[in-house]
Amino acid sequence: MISFELTEEQRMIADTVEAFARDEIRPAARAADEQGLVPAELVGKIWELGLVRGVLPEQFGGDGGQRSSVTGAVAGEALAYGDLAIALHALAPRLAAFPILEMGTDEQRARYLPGFAQAAFRAGSAALMEPRWDFDVLGVAARAARDGAGYVLNGEKCYVPLANESDFLLVYACSEPAAGAVDAFLVPRVCPGMTVGEREKNMGLKALATYGVTFKDCALAAEARLGGERGINFRRLMSQAKVALAAMAVGVSRAALEYARDYARERRAFGVPIGTKQAIAFMLAEMALEVDASRLLVWDAACRLDKGQDAFKESCQAKSYTAAAALKIADNAVQILGGHGYIREHPVEMWLRNARGFATLEGIATV
Amino acid sequence: MIDFEIDPELQRRLDTYRMVAQQIMRPISREYDENEHARPTEFYEAMWAGSRQGGLQVGAERGGGKSTGRTLFTILAAEELSWGDVGLFLQIPNPGLGGAAVMAAGTPQQKERFLKRFAEGRPKWAAMAITEPGCGSDSAAITTTARRDGDHWVINGTKIFCTSGKMAAELSEGFVVVWATVDKSAGRAGIKPFVVEHHTPGMTVVRVEDKMGIRVSDTAALVFEDCRVPLDNLLGSPEVKPEGGFKDVMATFDATRPIVAAMAIGVGRAALDFVRDFLKQRNIEVRYGLCPQRLSAIERDFMEMEVQLKAARLLAWRAAWLLDNGQRNNLEASMAKAKAGLVVTQITQKAVELLGPLGYSRAYLLEKWMRDAKINDIFEGTQQINLLIIARRILGYSSKELN
Repeated sequence: MISFELTEEQRMIADTVEAFARDEIRPAARAADEQGLVPAELVGKIWELGLVRGVLPEQFGGDGGQRSSVTGAVAGEALAYGDLAIALHALAPRLAAFPILEMGTDEQRARYLPGFAQAAFRAGSAALMEPRWDFDVLGVAARAARDGAGYVLNGEKCYVPLANESDFLLVYACSEPAAGAVDAFLVPRVCPGMTVGEREKNMGLKALATYGVTFKDCALAAEARLGGERGINFRRLMSQAKVALAAMAVGVSRAALEYARDYARERRAFGVPIGTKQAIAFMLAEMALEVDASRLLVWDAACRLDKGQDAFKESCQAKSYTAAAALKIADNAVQILGGHGYIREHPVEMWLRNARGFATLEGIATV
Repeated sequence: MIDFEIDPELQRRLDTYRMVAQQIMRPISREYDENEHARPTEFYEAMWAGSRQGGLQVGAERGGGKSTGRTLFTILAAEELSWGDVGLFLQIPNPGLGGAAVMAAGTPQQKERFLKRFAEGRPKWAAMAITEPGCGSDSAAITTTARRDGDHWVINGTKIFCTSGKMAAELSEGFVVVWATVDKSAGRAGIKPFVVEHHTPGMTVVRVEDKMGIRVSDTAALVFEDCRVPLDNLLGSPEVKPEGGFKDVMATFDATRPIVAAMAIGVGRAALDFVRDFLKQRNIEVRYGLCPQRLSAIERDFMEMEVQLKAARLLAWRAAWLLDNGQRNNLEASMAKAKAGLVVTQITQKAVELLGPLGYSRAYLLEKWMRDAKINDIFEGTQQINLLIIARRILGYSSKELN
């Protein structure tokens, strides 16, 4: 039955997280970007919103809430509306916790999930991307070859958020000779053959610590494979990852739209607010409709995921559309602010740098 | 709960419309494009009969059953039929825009009086006349006048671009809703809708336009010379007040813009389906999940067309859903219309491009769809007028402040 109405619970989460993003995250965003650091105190406060712990089962110490991709998208949008880098940092534990929750063996769930159900923030991460110009989720080259009962992992990863801060990484690698079959491996932070490189220096997302990680003949036990012999549903995990980033792109887009809109109402030229000029007003109108179109595409993919349907194509659509829209909207925002948009006093240049990440980045968030 | 899935029961009902599009509209699509002013009378009869049997309703659907609201069902059906032929869709005997104006501005008695004819007798049309030679987007500037004279309103003026105007005024027992001012000094507040019955003396169809596309749809120019209509043919209140009048025009558009968006989407889907089949026959697969560096240009183009169409469709669904749920949809209707008109124009043009020399040929319907698509970017509010409405809403400006 076609419906465009969020549940009461989803609306409540959206309102709560958005208020928090406005009051607590946005004011901290510029300093975090300049200093390359997300304040631990702020991360702790976001953690208390329960966006990770809340959906972990009670048996592992969580609140036992229903996990939903639509809810995850709504929360992700609201958080990224505050600041993308801070949102990615705060939600990074999901990268490990959620795949374990959904696809781990009972032993893996019992071993790893309680760590993410604590009162204090626990870093977590996953390593998916690889430093190649033509990387995509269908072209994972890292390889986990079977070696006796276990595996030997070789490969190079990049854009691994909080790699240095996490106790273990969820590493995506091919374990079968068949093309496209990707598995995930639970690799402890200290593991012979694994090297976490220097912190990466990127165009945007400067507050988010990301790292390159290399694996050279890294020996793993059989239990390291997520889901055991059953393995994982990689398509589904990647769909969830794409939906998460797409939702955050909507948040960045909306932030840029609203900032430019408010500026256009204040800033005067030729005796009137620039918002009363069609050249500016039309840009804002297109931005507004693209924010809404973006969100609907995200929800389309997310509600397919919630129904347990395959949503790979829809997730790809949502991600590519929202990434392009976010870049265009943030660029328009800079343009509407003119010279002021280029000055770091305003956040729009930061949003433009951050927004460019969406098209490139994969697997650094999930719902 | 968010859900964008057409359930099986709804799909079964839509399949009827798809069948009509495929089996009745497509086979005559080219014929009535080539013979511009010929009338597809068999088609009229078939659609009218289908509608009377209750299986096929267009424009005034009774609703989509328990799961789908009336407006949403209307736009889903409109997409299916416009996939068949959007010009023929416009020519289906139905209350159309005239009926929408009655629904938006009329009293319950007027709705009964003017609309019950669509449930009986011969095929009928109702049209809406708003645009004039001297004003289009600026519909508040209309100069057609309605002067009270005893028990009648006397209408004088010229209207153009009136969809189905000839069918409504002269070729059926329908009516034309004419927007005219009762008090020029009152500006927008003085603009009122009047129902002018078919064959009313003083109303003349002076021309049916020759067009780029949707050629089967009659686009009439009407002249009103001392055309007298009963007082009760003014829809709603005759009182001139700032809140009245023009607001009703806008209310009409809130209901019809999602339908125009759906029409555009139907044309866009026709083009997209055609290209998809064409590529499939040549074993060209469109692969999702790959980075742009590993995709062909055709795949990238196709994906862009597909997702843009989907974005437009979701916006149109939302605008309709809001209306069905009693919520204001003015902003969302304009978003849907602006987006659909634009992207479908682009999609059909790209489709012609992708087929190279074959795309430009009249051997295929692709070139026709490109011509048909463009009107959706123009009528019922151009893309630019809809952007203006969106901008006013998000900036909080009046039409005086932002124009």
